[in-house]
Amino acid sequence: MNETKTATTDEIPAEPGFWRESWYQLTRNRAAMVGLVIIALFAILAIFAPLLAPADPVVQSISERMTPPLSPGYLLGTDDLGRDMLSRIIYGGRISLVIGVVSVGISLVLGGILGLAAGYFGGWTDRIIMRIIDIMLAFPYILLTIVIVAMLGPSLFNAMVAIGISQMPRYARVIRASVISEREQDYVLAERSLGTSDLELMFRTILPNALAPTIVQATLGVGEAILSSAGLSFLGLGAQPPTPEWGLMIASSKQFITTAWWIVTLPGIAILLTVLGFNLLGDGLRDILDPRMRD
Amino acid sequence: MQRIGRFEQTKPARLPDGPVLALASLLGREPSFMLKFVAKRLVSLIPTLLGVVTLVFFMIALTPGDPARIMLGERANAEQLAQLRAELGLDQPLVKQYGLYLSRVVRGDLGNSIISQQKITDELSERLPATIELALMATLFASILGIVLGVAAARKRNSWVDYTTMTGALVGVSMPVFWLALVLIMVFSIFLDLLPTGGRIDVRIYFKPITNFYLLDGLILMLKGEGTEVFVSALKHIILPTIALGTIPLAIIARTTRSSMLEVLKQDYVKTARAAGVKERKVVYRYALRNALLPVVTVIGIQFGLLLSGAILTETIFSWPGIGKWIYHAIGARDFPAVQGGILFISIFFVLINLTVDLLYSVINPRIRLK
Repeated sequence: MNETKTATTDEIPAEPGFWRESWYQLTRNRAAMVGLVIIALFAILAIFAPLLAPADPVVQSISERMTPPLSPGYLLGTDDLGRDMLSRIIYGGRISLVIGVVSVGISLVLGGILGLAAGYFGGWTDRIIMRIIDIMLAFPYILLTIVIVAMLGPSLFNAMVAIGISQMPRYARVIRASVISEREQDYVLAERSLGTSDLELMFRTILPNALAPTIVQATLGVGEAILSSAGLSFLGLGAQPPTPEWGLMIASSKQFITTAWWIVTLPGIAILLTVLGFNLLGDGLRDILDPRMRD
Repeated sequence: MQRIGRFEQTKPARLPDGPVLALASLLGREPSFMLKFVAKRLVSLIPTLLGVVTLVFFMIALTPGDPARIMLGERANAEQLAQLRAELGLDQPLVKQYGLYLSRVVRGDLGNSIISQQKITDELSERLPATIELALMATLFASILGIVLGVAAARKRNSWVDYTTMTGALVGVSMPVFWLALVLIMVFSIFLDLLPTGGRIDVRIYFKPITNFYLLDGLILMLKGEGTEVFVSALKHIILPTIALGTIPLAIIARTTRSSMLEVLKQDYVKTARAAGVKERKVVYRYALRNALLPVVTVIGIQFGLLLSGAILTETIFSWPGIGKWIYHAIGARDFPAVQGGILFISIFFVLINLTVDLLYSVINPRIRLK
């Protein structure tokens, strides 16, 4: 960023090199880089799925059903309906990554608005919002997700909404905490004395400073959202057949664990790797961006 | 004068360590302090519980679509629908429905299940022991192994023990529980044929439950000299669900123990003890571990609360006849009163466990109370 511009009032007051410095530190964190590489790999597979997948993920070929992995033409074998496992896993990544990002997006918007309002206005606004958050936290996370999706009706989109709502409280808390610590800082008071409106102060001045802890939370949240949505699909509350969703793939093949281990095992490994990627990256980011939360 | 005398009797210096000292000071010098603290927490519970009931009510009430129609299916006629609506109180205005619901809940009445026509409270209490038994076993498994691994990792920081444990912990929290459960069944039940695939006890064993905690029942029967059959079968059935359910808490407890232990080992009193020539084993297990376990206790408590509620997937896969599986079936059958009752029950349970953990923590860690 331009050094001279930071001095003017309409620029975020963070040190100019903060993000560049953080990135440099991140590249030196081996675990975080492994996580980033895993995520990048799955992202590339997801984006270029139609080019990279050897077959159509939903086309059945009954004569080739339950072909074991490493067979000619089927690197990871086929499932109980003769669909190519590799292609289904590649396409499954598309769904899981979209779920992760969209769910966290929903949480961020909801939690961001609530946390910002609670932290900025304080008083009764804060008390009411935090009471709602506490009540939501009184529900065990998984149960809340399952119930919301059961009420809305089972579908992939509703699963994302349910996960987004259930995860919202933690973002509201993180953002509220940062806002409270920034609210009384000199630069905010200075802006306020210049007559900047509340909305502008909230979104343009304070919010960028809540970014670091939020990024950490969001990275870990994507991994958790992927796990939750796989669980929902496994229970029949998320993706519906024949969608190549990883959790659903495991659910619909569970009766074949005696005969075809790979149909159950491989999608699980895909989930594990993706979530591991986000957790590794999230842990690394936490160490760098949010030293207070380090465990 | 008398005050001073009493103070001298409970002289802190003579007491062995932190937690005992905290308890003594609470009971001795400020008898009303703890009571006030507990009372305050209990009072703050009321709005939370009211909020939980309200949220559960409106979550179901505002569900798009007509619950009566969903329950009866598309072929139901208008008369049947009207009857069920009246039965469920759905023909009343929403505010009145809410008032009725609230007054019933306060009296401990969660209504009847649509499918079984049984009282929901009866159905829940019948299944509660199975859920608690599994959650306790999983917590025990996770705590013991987690603390041992966490301490080992902290003692040998940056060694292969540390790396393996922490990598394992990270993999543990990244794994889908239902997948782990299936893999465990695949390996231990199908390939190795060592353990059963599901249920609480071998169906061929006839036995009348005493406490409904099958492991405990098995022990009682064993002590009565009626054979080990029940205990062994119950134990065999609970192993795989325990591992599946306990893996995530295990990972979390191991990580917490490690970081807490590292923190404590840096403290001056540990350095002093080492410098004074106290044996390393004694420093670690007698002095450091006690304080390092403070945050771990909270984590264990929270995890136990989560396990009681989060066992839906595990219970379903292992056909474990607990509350999680029951709720799953209620959701599948669109048995709204049962879903409503089940969630309310679990959430209240969850809130109470968290409160207990909080209070326990404040007893063992005086620093919290001072805030």
